[in-house]
Amino acid sequence: MNAIAPLSRRGFFSVSAAAGAFTLGIRAPLAQTASLPGATFGGVPEINAWVVVKPDDSVVIRIARSEMGQGTLTGLAQLVAEELDCDWAKVTTEYPTPGQNLARNRVWGDFSTGGSRGIRESNEYVRKGGAAARMMLVQAAADAWGVAAAECRAAKSVVTHTASGRTATYGSLAVAAAKLTPPATIALKDPKDWTIAGKPLPRLDTVDKTTGKQVYGADLKLPGMLNASIRDCPVFGGKLKGFDEAAAMARPGVRKVVRVGESAVAVVAETWWQANTALDALKIEWDAGSNQAVSQATIDATLKEGLGAAEAFVGNKAGDARAALPKAAKTVEATYTFPFQNHATMEPMNATAVWNADRCEVWCPTQNGEASLAAAAEAAGLRPAQCEVHKTLLGGGFGRRGWQDFVRQAVAIAKEMPGTPVKLLWSREEDMLHGRYHPITACKLTAGLDPQGNLDSLHMRISGQSIIAGIAPQMLQGGADSRVFQGLNPGGAEGAFGYAVPNLLIDHAMRNPHVPPGFWRGVNVNQNAVYMECFIDEVAQAAGKDPLDFRRALLKGSPKHLAVLNAVAEKGGWGKPAPAGRHRGLAQIMGYGSYVAACAEVTVSPAGEVTIHKITAATDCGHAVNPQQIAAQIEGSFAYGLTAMLYGECTVKDGAMEQANFDTYPIMRLAEMPAVESIVMPSGGFWGGVGEPTIAVAAPAVLNAIFAATGKRVRQLPLKHADLRRA
Amino acid sequence: MAKLTINGRVHEVQVDPETPLLWVIREQIGLTGTKYGCGIAQCGACTVHVDGVATRSCSMPVSAVTEAQRITTIEGLSPDGSHPVQKAWVALDVPQCGYCQSGMIMAAAALLAETPKPSVADIRAGITNICRCGTYNRVQAAIQQAAGISAAG
Repeated sequence: MNAIAPLSRRGFFSVSAAAGAFTLGIRAPLAQTASLPGATFGGVPEINAWVVVKPDDSVVIRIARSEMGQGTLTGLAQLVAEELDCDWAKVTTEYPTPGQNLARNRVWGDFSTGGSRGIRESNEYVRKGGAAARMMLVQAAADAWGVAAAECRAAKSVVTHTASGRTATYGSLAVAAAKLTPPATIALKDPKDWTIAGKPLPRLDTVDKTTGKQVYGADLKLPGMLNASIRDCPVFGGKLKGFDEAAAMARPGVRKVVRVGESAVAVVAETWWQANTALDALKIEWDAGSNQAVSQATIDATLKEGLGAAEAFVGNKAGDARAALPKAAKTVEATYTFPFQNHATMEPMNATAVWNADRCEVWCPTQNGEASLAAAAEAAGLRPAQCEVHKTLLGGGFGRRGWQDFVRQAVAIAKEMPGTPVKLLWSREEDMLHGRYHPITACKLTAGLDPQGNLDSLHMRISGQSIIAGIAPQMLQGGADSRVFQGLNPGGAEGAFGYAVPNLLIDHAMRNPHVPPGFWRGVNVNQNAVYMECFIDEVAQAAGKDPLDFRRALLKGSPKHLAVLNAVAEKGGWGKPAPAGRHRGLAQIMGYGSYVAACAEVTVSPAGEVTIHKITAATDCGHAVNPQQIAAQIEGSFAYGLTAMLYGECTVKDGAMEQANFDTYPIMRLAEMPAVESIVMPSGGFWGGVGEPTIAVAAPAVLNAIFAATGKRVRQLPLKHADLRRA
Repeated sequence: MAKLTINGRVHEVQVDPETPLLWVIREQIGLTGTKYGCGIAQCGACTVHVDGVATRSCSMPVSAVTEAQRITTIEGLSPDGSHPVQKAWVALDVPQCGYCQSGMIMAAAALLAETPKPSVADIRAGITNICRCGTYNRVQAAIQQAAGISAAG
């Protein structure tokens, strides 16, 4: 556990969009000022789009990206505050709305929050926002004193004229600063000079989460609001044939039964419990369509066929693996599989909408506020400028809340009841049966060793689902989905394959089942790291070499990959005796611009029960904005990744998902959580993500440790199906 | 008509007797700190105290609770967030998304009420709530801190 820096803790921080939802009412006052050039905040002019300083010196920092637990709100605020040179104890945050962003020509840039991009993609412009505001505050002081700005300095929300010692607080300068022309050239600090960014500061949004005050989308209340529960055809692609509403309408509190699109029906009632129980009483007839013929077995057969298919998209190639493999002194071959996963955010999907003929407003937890606005406008039959979205805090996202299906549904329902706010909340069952699932793939790997046991040739064939083909086929390149090769790319800043293999072929036979795919925390590095890192262990074993030494030799030309691997090996005690009965395993990969590695320590009992004692994890994310939150992300990513490894599996029967709640889709709990020792080792010079990369190394490190303990390779996930008993 | 004693106040609610306590707390009483996660007593996001015992309110019909039973929700755990568990949660920055944390805190407070100095094994066996963000290690450390036990133990 990382210690929290002993900085003063602020008693109360509000995320205004979430907490303010109660007070904003149906029409948001902020929205009315959005298009004004000199937008004001409660009568106080903003210095720029990112910074408002109030007369009492409190600082409001605007955050465009969505907070869903990953800490981006605090991290982005740290970056702005660093350049602003403000007093961190006076910082609060707020979300600008998507409507404001639209009206102001996207002054806040991209709202989309996913792919571990929040900080690495926007750090430069948000820091410039903070720096520009500081320069304007300093200029305002210099103007007032009749001195040159260069003679003044700023620190902790105070500008000081060095020669005379005169001072002025930011709060006293804000009105004058807001009138100045923004600076044309802005220099950013060297990260080695940071005093706010780079420090393990406490989060800004913790206190309300410990008292029940924090308002999530599911908690929203608006005057006169009704509640809805929905059921979409359980077979993907199926349709709603019809329903008999009599029994549902007869139940207490029920106001309306609404057809939603082509495939769903919703009940609207005074309370959600009334709506949901009435939905159970509703007699629904589905037209399941041709997908009801699809089963897990038919999907698995398609993937198996792809493993040997002649045609495939090439993701990484060196030398001639196909020619070299038959000449190898020794070959190793293995086939792995990784099933569908559900995001299963703790807060089920929800959105609240109110529709009028000329305006529609939505409150929702979303990873992409602008996409929510577009979806709302489309469903409302209105122009985006006639709509507004108020983002609430997310009760988990993990990729699921980048989709807007629940927004479209909420607006469609609200449109049936003009002027009445309706909150749509999915039941857990609806949430589980209508996910955007982590794609299903299988992988066949073949390696060729030279007489000295060096890896000379490697063919990695991935067979299975493409997310891009499922969600945005127009983004395919010549039919190929480059994102399938996450962490396996020949180079680049996102996820370069670290191993040097003279003859290499990594290719993808795309096989797309009817199940809707989505981005699931870590996306394709999850299975790619399992496939590659478990297989490298197998090849090392076949070569008679130590798994660490074998990897080191292959990573000679990839110093950053090697550095994190060496760090976990050293801290994890690799090569030293483990406590009695414990065994270790390693894994490394690059993803989301960061280099990550893990060393796991496990015990497997004679009865086959696995205990994961500890994982030592390293990440080189270039620049570390909040090390204690990076540690939290590493731990959290391991819980998510290990849940998938241990239990995670959605299976298809008659075209629909079989797992509808946590009884059939178990989640790792505290008793199974390993100790995590995090090594945050930013080497500078680049910006890598932190929310996702480490998820990839937990599972393969544990699986390799299980092999060390049992001599058994687990190649079909989840682990719950494996028999690890020893005779 | 049901009479419930929640956070020291008696509430009269007109509700179907089969309505789960969770939904009465959220929709009739209006206290939304207690969360809906699964509806089948799996995840623990709905945990409240009934006479001090951690209870998954999503699966308890309101008719099963009497006026004499004291129900405590996260809002009533302390008047100002000063319960030792809440203070430890803030000190260690436990929550991520936070959605499960009301239930987590209520489970932790009940555990400590029954076992003031829990062992690590007690904590790991006693806290069975689901957290998808994976705050488990900080949950464990915060319970130890609230109990005045060194995290190294």
